[in-house]
This record gives sequence, structure tokens and C-alpha cells, in this order.
Amino acid sequence: MKFSIVVNEGPYTHQASDSAYHFTKAVLAKGHEVFRVFFYHDGVNNATRLTTPPQDDRNIVSRWSKLAQGSELDMVVCVAAAQRRGIVDEGEAKRNGKDATNLAPGFRISGLGQLIEAGIQADRIVVFGD
Amino acid sequence: MLHIINKSPLDRNSLDTVLTTAVGDGAILLIEDGVYAATKGNAYEPKLKAAMAKFKVYALQADLEARGIADRVTDGVTTVDYAGFVDLVANNKTNQSWL
Repeated sequence: MKFSIVVNEGPYTHQASDSAYHFTKAVLAKGHEVFRVFFYHDGVNNATRLTTPPQDDRNIVSRWSKLAQGSELDMVVCVAAAQRRGIVDEGEAKRNGKDATNLAPGFRISGLGQLIEAGIQADRIVVFGD
Repeated sequence: MLHIINKSPLDRNSLDTVLTTAVGDGAILLIEDGVYAATKGNAYEPKLKAAMAKFKVYALQADLEARGIADRVTDGVTTVDYAGFVDLVANNKTNQSWL
């Protein structure tokens, strides 16, 4: 079965990103397909590679990156939400005249159409938020 | 339909909303702070027990354990792990996270 997952909250403040991560891992472990993980609203803050939590804490961002690497997850960050919150890849930096990028490996920035497509293409879509 | 609740009923009214508006039979999955609804003796317990006539109620084991309340789950509530969470989503044609 095809699943899509939506993450609407950032890391460390709400449990949403943790729940979504464990759920996504369980979906893959069960042999299902993950069509897309879509990061929206404050959820885009899960995609900054500049995150540096204390060593004895989980690194929520790199945990997503590793999961994406291992299972070829399509992790999409909403472009408008990302621009507001300073989540930038090379294309966006060039387009908006920014002097840095911070998008973590495994994530890509795209539009809200990707969320609609995730809803259409997947058999199930599950939203994690506050 | 699967209704996913992630807040304590003492904090938000999302569980109340489901119990008063959801039609037909279905399942309720309590996750995150939602699991507080499934503890023995909590103020919301009578309402949850009454709702069990209409809904099958599940609670996420990892979130019960994280809050130290896994040993006092209300009778009739089924605990599930994340794999069970996935099965619930797969087995219900639709789901709604009541955020």
C-alpha cells in the first residue's frame, strides 16, 4: 500500500515530527511504500542541516536524512513556508539573493502541488501536527 | 474511519468533538498526549467508556510508556505499537488527525 505523510510542526517543540518519523519507519518496515513525506508550515524547520542538538539528544533532522538515504524517501519542503522561515537550497538562494543555504540532505524544496499529488497518488495520507 | 487524537481531553476538546460529531462506527487511536484519556481513574474515563459502545479505542504503547502510564490503561483500550498504528491506517479507508 502507498502512504504519504504530512509533517506540520518543527522539531523539539512538538512531538509531531518524532511521531511522523517513527510512523514512517514502521510503514517501511511493514513493506509498504512511502510515496512522499511533505513538510509544511513550521514542519519545514525539520529540514535545516544547521541543527545541532546536544550529543545525548536525538538529531531529528539527520535522522530524517538518514531514513531518506536508506529508503529513497521523497521528502518535500513547501517552498512558501520555507522562504518565510529561512530554509534555503541553492536554487532559492540564487533566486532570492541569499548568501547561504541550509537544506539538509535528502530534502527538496517544491510547491504545494506536491502535497496535492501526495494525496492523490497515495492510498493513505496521515497528518502529524500540534 | 480512524480518528487520531493527539491531545489530552483535559487540554483540548478534539476527543469530545469526535465523540459528538463522528457518525457510524469507527476506531479512535490515542497518540502523544492523547493517551492520557486512556488512563484508569482520569476525569474523562466515564466518557471514554461510554464511547466504547460505538468506537473501538486504541492507544499507542510508546506514548503511554514515555509518560509512565502504561501500567494503568483503562480496561477495554487496546494498546498498539507503531506497526499496529500502520495497520490501523491501512485497515481503515479514511483517517483524520483531529489537530
